[in-house]
Amino acid sequence: MKVRLSKDSMNVIITGVGGQGNVLASRVLAGMLVNAGYYVTIGETFGMSQRGGSVMSHVRISQKAIRSPQMPLGSADIIIALEPVEALRVLIKYGNPDVAVLSNSRVVYPIGVITGELNYPSLTEIQNVLQKTTAKNWLLDATEDAVKLGNPVLSNIIMIGALSATDLLPIDRRSFEKEIAKNMTADKLRINMLAFDAGAKLI
Amino acid sequence: MLKLLSPANREVLFMGNEAIARGALEAGVNVASGYPGTPSSEIIESLATVGKERNLYVEWSTNEKVALEVAAAASFAGLRSLCAMKQNGVNVASDFLLHLASSGTRGGIVLVTCEDPGALSSVNEGDSRYFARMLEIPLLEPANFQEAKDLTRWAFELSEEIRNIVVLRSVTRMSHASGNVICGKLPVKFRKAHFVYDGSIMDPLRGHVISTPVVAKHSLQQGKLKRATVLFENSPFNDYSGPKKPELLLITSSACFLYSREAIDMLNLQKRTGILKMDCTWPLPPKLLKKHLNSTDKIMIVEEVLPFLEENLKTLAAGMGKEIGIKTFYGKMDGTLPSVGELNPDVVAAALAKIMKVKHKSLPAAYTKELQKAAALIPARELTFCPGCPHRASFWNIHNAIALDGREGFVCGDIGCYAMGALFPATGYHTTPTLHSMGSGTGLASGFAKLAAFGFDKPILTVCGDSTFYHAVIPALINAQHNRADITFIVLDNSGTAMTGFQPHPGLTVSAMGELVPSVDIAGICKAIGANVAISDPFDLDGTCKILNSFVADKGSLNVLIMRQICALSPEKKGKKIFDVKVNEALCLGESCGCNRLCTRIFRCPALIWDRSKKKAVVDEVICAGCGVCYSICPQKAIIRTEAEKK
Repeated sequence: MKVRLSKDSMNVIITGVGGQGNVLASRVLAGMLVNAGYYVTIGETFGMSQRGGSVMSHVRISQKAIRSPQMPLGSADIIIALEPVEALRVLIKYGNPDVAVLSNSRVVYPIGVITGELNYPSLTEIQNVLQKTTAKNWLLDATEDAVKLGNPVLSNIIMIGALSATDLLPIDRRSFEKEIAKNMTADKLRINMLAFDAGAKLI
Repeated sequence: MLKLLSPANREVLFMGNEAIARGALEAGVNVASGYPGTPSSEIIESLATVGKERNLYVEWSTNEKVALEVAAAASFAGLRSLCAMKQNGVNVASDFLLHLASSGTRGGIVLVTCEDPGALSSVNEGDSRYFARMLEIPLLEPANFQEAKDLTRWAFELSEEIRNIVVLRSVTRMSHASGNVICGKLPVKFRKAHFVYDGSIMDPLRGHVISTPVVAKHSLQQGKLKRATVLFENSPFNDYSGPKKPELLLITSSACFLYSREAIDMLNLQKRTGILKMDCTWPLPPKLLKKHLNSTDKIMIVEEVLPFLEENLKTLAAGMGKEIGIKTFYGKMDGTLPSVGELNPDVVAAALAKIMKVKHKSLPAAYTKELQKAAALIPARELTFCPGCPHRASFWNIHNAIALDGREGFVCGDIGCYAMGALFPATGYHTTPTLHSMGSGTGLASGFAKLAAFGFDKPILTVCGDSTFYHAVIPALINAQHNRADITFIVLDNSGTAMTGFQPHPGLTVSAMGELVPSVDIAGICKAIGANVAISDPFDLDGTCKILNSFVADKGSLNVLIMRQICALSPEKKGKKIFDVKVNEALCLGESCGCNRLCTRIFRCPALIWDRSKKKAVVDEVICAGCGVCYSICPQKAIIRTEAEKK
């Protein structure tokens, strides 16, 4: 596990589609980092925006101070996407040549694609964009592992497990367990630890 | 142990709303009330979780006006109380607020308004700070998470010091953002309620709590505001950072302080610019501002949404003209900053860069070009009803009834997730051309129905949710009955205040604090008003359609249909499928069916997708919530549903 941030502040965006567990993922990640002694600022929206729309949490980690809950354009260090086209949506606004992207490869089609009015890019096209515009990227089928564990919503925790294995942030299995054990029954804790481990194995 | 009750000096991650709740607890709040509304709901929700431990009474009231009345009663009895709402809630509460501000208060009372610049989860971006000026009460705006807690605690002291209500204003990027907060002490003693009214009429602590004699009480009220101004002059919550003589002074409040600081960092302007962070924004303390206005000739005001601070500052500056000289002001009024929508660090940085004549470092051109190419690949993701949402089925039924009737009837919309009935392209069947404030769908319908005399003969329908019904619909419904407005009124009853997170309402048997309470029956109220009342399950398309058809055709009476089906996201239903649903590929005729892809082009459930290679519909089982409604709409009966195993 990394012990320090590679720069100050580190800017992480967690994105996905409403209902995929975006908010929980950002809270868990932020909780782990606050426990490790950092200033963490999360910016997110919920309510109407969660109904089928794109959602995004900005998580900013600093040794020095609270930051703005909205980060500047082009300043993401890490993008974690629970849905692949959402990775691109965030990337085109907040990306830069040094960004690292971890994205779930399981697609959730927007309404406009379902009706036939819009096109959804192929995974190859998405992969090509990631290759050209990121310093590091991973496209993982987190949903498949989550379904194996009995609940597709666990893909958010699988992505956090994957993030820990990349060594991009000072987080690990122990810090995850400590954070989620606060508010979880033993049963739920067990399944979340399994999801975390499954994610770490994907890297 | 609950995070909200963390011991003193513990550093925790609080959402802005949790920090406000903790601040109220540290102030020893006794009563908390509110009506749910994004982004305010978590204040009351989190206080409700610790009500028993902290000897606190917490309620979700029927609407914001009632909530403020409940909180005021506690203040009159010497207790401390908090009342929380979203920006438009202040409009609802404002009639009582005007009179409360005139009568004065006793125990500390704080009105928390959480506002939504950019309307991220609202149908308005109202700026209710103007109420503080109009009603002559103090206004506080925290500029980070620690202050959200500390300023709330201080607001109670200020209220008790001046014996009047204090407004604390937050915004989405504060209320729904999170950051580190160091906890303070929780009090160990709790107050007892005493309501005394045996003194002279002008005695703020022993007289009758009324706004008369009006002129004398008004003068007393203005004296309180002057006292607040004096306290604001030396408050540590107004704070300057930067050089002694900045080339440009930024004066800012709330989340805009964090955007401004970030913008200065982005452009490396720390040595040339300073920030005056104002937490006490009404009334402005003139001596403090004179000192800072004297330090520079250029001032930029950064705030959301309307130029409230800017107007008040310019008024002050005009009065000090002789002492401070002529200043150049940048802000919303001269177009330096946008006059609508929310701000962010980039918007502030762009304005700063222009004034200070510096450039922001940009990404390599080749990289930006790649991003632009990628942008063309990204399909828009519009809001829609969730998989399994009862509203998709309800509007399907409503649309079909209107279409069968053939007289171009329409629906007056209302506030809740079902407002998406008015949004394109949430569904492929549009019924709802109007959408305003809570309860106004029924009032508008009542008005439209009276236009027949002017040649406007269409069936008029209106919808509202179960929580909205109690909040603001009942007077409009009585109006429709009494004035013989011939409307079909539909309650989309999904058993909770769904959009804001399933807060209980008077139709349920549980209170905010989890206690058993009597429920108030919607059907019973409608019957007592004199309406014909029917109840249906919107997932039962045939049964619902029969009732709706007869209601829309009926003339001369008020018809009420309660469509009852629990929200797909509710804790009791989430993850539990009624049916396993799939498409029988052999039966689906795809593009040659003749239905013109009714299922995917019109019905628009995120779980029912179109396989472009097979040219057939297919169910995404990961997303499907198992409501089974699509089974009923397929003319070919190619969508198969089987009862799901109970988990």
